[in-house]
Amino acid sequence: MGVIEAILLTIATAATPLLIAAIGELVVERSGVLNLGVEGMMIMGAVTGFGVALLTGSPWLGMLGGIVVGALFSLLFGFLTLTLVTNQVATGLALTLLGLGLSGMLGESFVGQPGIRLPNLHIPVLSDLPFVGGLIFGQDPIFYVSIALTAGVAWFLFYTHAGLTLRSVGDNHASAHALGINVIGIRYLAVMFGGACAGLAGAYLSVVYTPQWVENMTAGRGWIALALVVFASWRPWRVLAGAYLFGAVTIGQLHAQALGLGIPSQLLSSLPYLATVVVLVLISQNKRLTMVNTPASLGRPFVPDR
Amino acid sequence: MRIELSKRPQHSTLFSVLSPFIALALTLVAGAIMFSLLGKNPGEALYFYFIDPLREVWSLHELAVKAAPLILIAVGLSICYLSNNWNIGAEGQFIAGAVLGSFIPVVFPGFQNWTVLPLMLIMGMAGGAAYAAVPAYLKVRFNTNEILTSLMLVYVAQLFNDWLVRGIWRNPEGMSFPGTAPFHEYAVLPAIWPDAGRAHWGIVFALVAAVVAWFMLSKTLRGFEVKVLGQSPRAGRFAGFSSSRMVFFAFIVSGALAGLAGICEVSGAVGHLNEKLSIGYGFTAIIVAFLGRLNPLGIVAAGIILALTYLGGEAAQISIGVSDKVVRAFQGMLLFFVLACDTLIHYRIRLVSALPRSKTAEA
Repeated sequence: MGVIEAILLTIATAATPLLIAAIGELVVERSGVLNLGVEGMMIMGAVTGFGVALLTGSPWLGMLGGIVVGALFSLLFGFLTLTLVTNQVATGLALTLLGLGLSGMLGESFVGQPGIRLPNLHIPVLSDLPFVGGLIFGQDPIFYVSIALTAGVAWFLFYTHAGLTLRSVGDNHASAHALGINVIGIRYLAVMFGGACAGLAGAYLSVVYTPQWVENMTAGRGWIALALVVFASWRPWRVLAGAYLFGAVTIGQLHAQALGLGIPSQLLSSLPYLATVVVLVLISQNKRLTMVNTPASLGRPFVPDR
Repeated sequence: MRIELSKRPQHSTLFSVLSPFIALALTLVAGAIMFSLLGKNPGEALYFYFIDPLREVWSLHELAVKAAPLILIAVGLSICYLSNNWNIGAEGQFIAGAVLGSFIPVVFPGFQNWTVLPLMLIMGMAGGAAYAAVPAYLKVRFNTNEILTSLMLVYVAQLFNDWLVRGIWRNPEGMSFPGTAPFHEYAVLPAIWPDAGRAHWGIVFALVAAVVAWFMLSKTLRGFEVKVLGQSPRAGRFAGFSSSRMVFFAFIVSGALAGLAGICEVSGAVGHLNEKLSIGYGFTAIIVAFLGRLNPLGIVAAGIILALTYLGGEAAQISIGVSDKVVRAFQGMLLFFVLACDTLIHYRIRLVSALPRSKTAEA
């Protein structure tokens, strides 16, 4: 395997969890709900994924566990913000703090245990093709899921009636309600989809990316996923581009650390976070772009009148 | 069964007072359930969490040591949140204050006289304020989301501090442990009653900050401006208030308070700068701010309660072997219940069965 191929493969594994979590959050935000709890849902997915894989011996069940727990955990947020109409920013933060705390507690006995990794895809002949074989036919299965998810969400949002309905709820919940659309119901579904995606992304970290459990192992990836949604101006394929850009920054700084260029490793480690800030500034500077694309009801509470 | 909300014509004064208490009670119930699931006697566990730390003088001092940074940071955050500025990077501002405040004793250890401590406190506040000014500037100038930028800067601050205490600021006599040399006596924030316990002047600063912020928010035009711009930026503009200036004001005040908390922690509680600077004070303070219902005086009480959970966590770990990881789960649950109970202030909550409503609507 060549060096370039290896680097491209690691970029894909670094980008995949960001992409999955961000695609989920994109759907949530398109329905007009801002869930800042991505980090918390991801870490819950990570601890569940690792634990289930360890206890059952099946990494696939681990991924499934991450999805289910992510979706259930997001229901807490849904119940508070949608049914009890609490402040979405504060509730999302609460979800993150609770997730980080709970996962630390649940995962305590997992610390230091070797995990079970989901094996990469291997198709005879095709996976062994030089260069493209590994990249196209030999990655982990979740990589393909993430690409399919992006395509699926792009198709759903812009080419189906249900997607149009979801976007209408996000752009003007009062009008959608007046048209007889069940605003709260749709938002519940969107929030759970976002939770499932974040849970899968978390399980990916602890079952594929680095098969182990470390407290706070998401290390801000949930927040970077939130930033990616803004960066992508709520467009699925741009989320994919952004996730790979961040994957490249993450892997680039790791390689720079390995080379030992005399640059402090802490400075290199902070690059993904600094890059997030820079990218957010560049995007938000363009007021027209953000104004046109931001779901108009994003973060605004909705109480159906009767 | 469905839950239906109907808006109260006016917010309920009764529930404004009661809701934090209901939330606390619910958290205790949930905590008791959690402890039983962990196989512990819930009564015993809750006793060690909430009563045992209050029985001895030295442990009341420890309570003050932990409550001081929580109250200082949360008071600042309340001004931010009331004015609708979502600063969630207080942890980073805490570190920035600790680092800049440590500059004099670490870089000029020979400079020893009574001016050192005041200079350190001022530099700590300046460090936190400057670090908080970054997301404020980006929000005002480029319309950048302050939630994400302030949080990203937390990671950057943690890494920067890590680099300092492992690199150029490391104590050469520290047996290669990360951390600066211990501060000299002029650079240590003294204990209030050294004979009784460790409580340092940070708790006094915290109480003063809370009273000043309470006065500012409830008795002055500036406080009115904070609340108007938070609730209705449009109304604020008609009144001639500048929302850009408010962004800077809120961030800089809260950054300065977080920075002060940082330098007080380093020079009062620890005595040198190290890599494990904070036990998540900047994030726990968010819970304190909401439990105190964004009222500086309520925040004092809330800060003491959250400080108690830290101490109780340590006590319970030693005496009944509950992991200290439970503390953060506990704190997270508390915030959930606080937010849920706040709904009672603005809405009446009714349980209705799903079917009859449509029938009565048609009738």
